[in-house]
Amino acid sequence: MKWNGKQITLETPVTVLEFLQQQGYNAQRVAVERNGEIVRRSDFEKELLRDEDTVEVVTFVGGG
Amino acid sequence: MENVTKQTLYQARVERHGEVAVQKMQSACVGIAGLGGLGSHIALSLARMGVGKLVLADFDRVDVTNLHRQQYFTEQVGLLKAEALADTLRKIDPWIQLELHPVRLTPENISTIFGSCSIICEAFDKAEEKAMLLETVLTKLPHTVVVSGSGMAGTVSVNEIQTRKAMKRLYLCGDGETDVAEYGSLFASRVAVCAGHQAHMVLRLLLGEAE
Repeated sequence: MKWNGKQITLETPVTVLEFLQQQGYNAQRVAVERNGEIVRRSDFEKELLRDEDTVEVVTFVGGG
Repeated sequence: MENVTKQTLYQARVERHGEVAVQKMQSACVGIAGLGGLGSHIALSLARMGVGKLVLADFDRVDVTNLHRQQYFTEQVGLLKAEALADTLRKIDPWIQLELHPVRLTPENISTIFGSCSIICEAFDKAEEKAMLLETVLTKLPHTVVVSGSGMAGTVSVNEIQTRKAMKRLYLCGDGETDVAEYGSLFASRVAVCAGHQAHMVLRLLLGEAE
């Protein structure tokens, strides 16, 4: 899977939420784009990431 | 005092920016979500550059603790930020169209409030709200581009602040790392640089420079 420009191997599909937790993201502070489409937060638990996907995870930090 | 008319202001902009650019700016509608350090600075730049219409949203009122970095003045303490900022913007351009929404932005009202905007500047304080706004716009407003600010706290060099295209319809400005909770404070200078990046990305998008 291509994740933020890096190529990684996904042995089996994982949910978006599982992937975020494995990589140490706070799911409330990110936006996830899979193959050019935004993934809704309410779908993080059911939408699957597969090895052929291209994923962008944008992290937000506080302050404005 | 010399009188500024709509025509003289228009001509002055044409002399600086050229007629094509001025007309593109004049016909644009840009939203600003959050009118704090980022949003107030972005609004001033966009009004100066001649954006025809701004949609300004923030539920908050000006507080004395805002004056160290936000574009408000002592006599405005206690006023709604949307109204205080509108007063300032009209001093820059009395003919600018402003739509004020002094309400809390939620997934339910964002698409209605910003429905007429081609670009929305995300200028919230909290990371969770930044993520919420982006998700809502990208799912509910299929043609709208978001220019977001993330990472402008502390005293780290402003050279760390950048603009990058992070998603198909997201431009991200900031250093991406300095969270105000860790870096302690937001400084007017660094916040203004990030806001400048956001306003400049809006300019470039309106002039057709997308990358």
